[in-house]
Amino acid sequence: MTITFKLNGKSVSTGVEPDTPLLWVIRDDFRLTGTKFGCGIAQCGACTVHLNGMPRRSCVTPISQVNGGSVTTIEGLDGKEAQAVQDAWIAIDVPQCGYCQSGQVMSAVALLREVPKPTDTDIDQAMAGNICRCATYVRIRKAIHNAADTLED
Amino acid sequence: MKRILFYAVCAALLAVAMAFALGPAIAQSASAEAKSLKSPADFDSINNLKERSVALFNEMGKVLKHPRCVNCHPRGDSPLQGMEQQVHQPLVVRGMGNIGAPGMRCMTCHGPENVPYSTQEGSIPGHPKWHLAPPEQAWEGKSLAAICQQLKDQDRSHKTLAELQKHNATDTLVGWGWHPGEGRQPAPGTQKIFGDLTQAWIDSGAHCPQG
Amino acid sequence: MTDIFNERVPSLEAVAKTALEPSPERAGDGGLSRRGFLQGSAAVAAGLIIGVYLPPRARAQSGAAAVINDPTPGGFAPNAFIRIAPDDTVTVMVKHIEMGQGPTTGLSTLVAEEMDADWSQMRAEMAPAETETYVNTIFGLMGTGGSTAIANSYQQMRKAGAAARAMLVQAAANRWKVDASEITVAKGTVSHAASNRSASFGELAAEAAKLEAPAEPRLKSPDQFTLIGAHVAKLDSRDKSTGQQRFTLDLYPDDLVTATILHPPQFGATVASVNDKPARAVKGVIDVKMVPAGVAIYAENTYAALKGREALEMTWNSDNAEKRSSAEMEADYLKAVQSHGVSARNDGDVEKSLAAAESVFEQTFYFPFLAHAPMEMLDAVVQYKDGQVTAWLGSQLQTLDLGALAQVFGVGEDKITLHTLFAGGSFGRRAQPGGEFAAEAAEVAKALGSDRPVKLMWTRENDIRGGRYRPLAVHRLRGALDQDGNITAWDHQIAVQSFVKGTAGFEGMIQDGIDSTAIEGSRELPYAILNQRVGQHLMDNGVSTLWWRSVGHTHTGYATEAFIDELLEKAGKDPIEGRLALLGNQYPRHRAVLEKVAQIANASGQAPAGRQRGVALHKSFNTYVAEIAEVSDNGDGTPRVHKVWCAVDCGVAVNPDIIRAQMEGGIGFGAGAILYDAITLTEDGYVKQANFDTYPSLRIHEMPEVEVAVMASTEAPTGVGEPGVPPVGPAIANAWRRLTGQRVNRLPLVPSEA
Repeated sequence: MTITFKLNGKSVSTGVEPDTPLLWVIRDDFRLTGTKFGCGIAQCGACTVHLNGMPRRSCVTPISQVNGGSVTTIEGLDGKEAQAVQDAWIAIDVPQCGYCQSGQVMSAVALLREVPKPTDTDIDQAMAGNICRCATYVRIRKAIHNAADTLED
Repeated sequence: MKRILFYAVCAALLAVAMAFALGPAIAQSASAEAKSLKSPADFDSINNLKERSVALFNEMGKVLKHPRCVNCHPRGDSPLQGMEQQVHQPLVVRGMGNIGAPGMRCMTCHGPENVPYSTQEGSIPGHPKWHLAPPEQAWEGKSLAAICQQLKDQDRSHKTLAELQKHNATDTLVGWGWHPGEGRQPAPGTQKIFGDLTQAWIDSGAHCPQG
Repeated sequence: MTDIFNERVPSLEAVAKTALEPSPERAGDGGLSRRGFLQGSAAVAAGLIIGVYLPPRARAQSGAAAVINDPTPGGFAPNAFIRIAPDDTVTVMVKHIEMGQGPTTGLSTLVAEEMDADWSQMRAEMAPAETETYVNTIFGLMGTGGSTAIANSYQQMRKAGAAARAMLVQAAANRWKVDASEITVAKGTVSHAASNRSASFGELAAEAAKLEAPAEPRLKSPDQFTLIGAHVAKLDSRDKSTGQQRFTLDLYPDDLVTATILHPPQFGATVASVNDKPARAVKGVIDVKMVPAGVAIYAENTYAALKGREALEMTWNSDNAEKRSSAEMEADYLKAVQSHGVSARNDGDVEKSLAAAESVFEQTFYFPFLAHAPMEMLDAVVQYKDGQVTAWLGSQLQTLDLGALAQVFGVGEDKITLHTLFAGGSFGRRAQPGGEFAAEAAEVAKALGSDRPVKLMWTRENDIRGGRYRPLAVHRLRGALDQDGNITAWDHQIAVQSFVKGTAGFEGMIQDGIDSTAIEGSRELPYAILNQRVGQHLMDNGVSTLWWRSVGHTHTGYATEAFIDELLEKAGKDPIEGRLALLGNQYPRHRAVLEKVAQIANASGQAPAGRQRGVALHKSFNTYVAEIAEVSDNGDGTPRVHKVWCAVDCGVAVNPDIIRAQMEGGIGFGAGAILYDAITLTEDGYVKQANFDTYPSLRIHEMPEVEVAVMASTEAPTGVGEPGVPPVGPAIANAWRRLTGQRVNRLPLVPSEA
């Protein structure tokens, strides 16, 4: 069975087993390694991508569910929210080890696209699914606020 | 499912290691009582209509109060998880429309169907309309009598009794409770019996338990 | 394995001896002179120095640095640490692995400072695994840990940078035929003002490469610093914010085989039998092999390797397994602490003063096993081809990992190339005293019997159930108060297992029967108590353990600071004033951070109604940290930590913002553990937890606000990766006790029902 979907704007096909998690298709087959493996059970958020514009944990998404859909990974992220988030991340040096940060950025961008000026509570609720063992949370929060401020200007 | 079978065969050999993974499955076999659900015919011997109606509702209560159902009818804004009914991990909130908060919707993790984990036993549940019951349909911590009144109150249930029966008998998200995926104990009986019980309860006057 | 290491790395005692011997051999190669090492190390407070080790081979290879660090054509590698390219980029070969604590930026800052480079031209790479060249002089082997990166490299990297600068200046002087003393360097530009000439580093690189490195380049005095102590952007933030940073898991060499592994479910259990037919039937599975660590499944892709593992049908032999539950272990440890153990400290007469005391208070603290759970689980790519071994992994102790690889493949280390990758966190997990994970990955690659590269990928379940935990510990403390509320006696008994005992590289940390990793932080109690005793009980346990971010201090710091706080409260004393009085005048750096943290917390006003503050003070890895936590009740009997104030003195603050980041992260990491985490074992010795659902990590909504004050200091710089962790637990617990009256003597504070 061939599954066809859009990956970062380009149409791609794969013949992998239909129950293969999207995470491993992205990484193993398309070598986009920015999307990370952290738990395999949708607890940590390191594997977050956007599926049809919404954040999605790729480790629990069988590729069969992606047929005909559109997937965006950290490598294909664009738009003003993405730019603002990544600029803010870099400006205040959010990452420590950096392994979870692709997922953090994907969630933060999704939040700002829906809520341009999030409160601390909005941030808590949107980002609670993304674990950072380095506990860079203070800066993640600040960077999201900073990104929102730049979007306002 | 074949994994579950395999465990049953090998449980003795695999001993306790698997007990963790299989916690729910073991609980399942240990409580065959809870697993069963009586049919409306089992209540025919109750002559008093009101008593029969209450008995039918109490039987429905085995489903209504089962964690598969209560976990998404929480009293607060976060669903519960597991037979122990712990607060959902990670934190999620109902948000507008009971589908989660922006950036962390139910569908961020829950797809249209149950998906087995690839690194351990168990699965992440799924359904095309995965969402929380509205706050006015919270069941957590409530008595069956209160749940019954709540179901009959159209302001809160948004359903006539006929619509309620159809919901119980045919709604596929309700039906998920009997097909909850690997590692989860299903609600007792079948959705068919639950629907029949609901009809019989309505037919007998839809009386509620006291208390 | 032991023998190999002993051949290569002398015992730590021998290392210490070597350090004291004058050794002129290395003079003459710029920043790498023996004297330079000694100066650098001597600047570090004496407690941490284990030794300085330069194997004879390194001396013989004096000047070989440029060969190891091959410059690009037309470029210049003045020494093993710096590479200057014609395009003006300066790449620092960083010998400490980047796991998030910032050594790539930190060491590059030191080089850039002395070179007078522009920050924008700086780059960093992980140094090759060459013990001789890239030894951590504090350990005597190549490795990272103990918060030593800046402490170890402060002088060495500055000298490397200063030597490079001197050579560039000389090259310019030769080209312009002027005296070197007339040349200045600023922001990466070499200038001769009088003749209005200037050149970039890249333009001078080829000529500089022909010059002799100066033996003793002059270092700047601190008042000349422009980058040290200033804010510089971290070198890795962009790649880590855009998904471009490569970790071991991200390597996909041609013809890659992906392997997963199934470990025995109890510590010490072994494979009794395996039916691998269902696994082999999974499409994409290549092979299934027994390896010393368990059963390896090889596949053409990751999902097949995972599915294959799930399909295995196993029986295990648990004859030699550790079958005690964690509760049984606790009970055994509790028995031990009823008597005095091996004395780690014994001042005055504790027994006598306890017997004579007006009142004696006693408290027992229970600490669970803790997993490190770095976001990137252990992984490695290993290839054995044509007699050569190539390995890629987040190696934290390269010398030991090299030894392990050599042992497994039965080849000399000259046949091994070990690439150190950036690691997705470690917190101690990757620093393995016997190179155990490198050995496991090597065994897995070897067992396949193929020359294809094999990536071994642990899953989170391997990680959480894989041992090497922060050891379980039981502490019993007794304190005596006199009528005036003075503490007249302090008895601290610690039962914990040793994870350095029997290891090749670190057994030397046990001296006179005292394992410093077990009791550190308890015997150095700074409080003036005349009768003071610390007893160590090293317990045998089949569960494997390891250093976990701040090591022994994770439990000693908690026990001492929670107990002293309660004693002060019983004596009717203020927690800050009471501690200051006990510190007296002997501990000015302790005092200063405590006073500072009180000041910044007070500046935020009083705690609002319904909240309480708790304080803790602890020195670890020669860094002094005081923290105040403000806590309320969530409404369900569990604590909410609103804010943590922190004052840190780590000597010269090379990168103040990285120091703040490490305090923030250490506070979050420590808070998550004491609030939520425990690894527990069932009646038969099976680990209950498996993943983040049962071993929760602190999440963003649980993270307190953090305010950090970095103390100004001219003392030698010390580490920051770990010292933020120890005080946060007791600060939270002390606040909670003051809020609710409930002391927290069993961790975690909020047990989960795994």
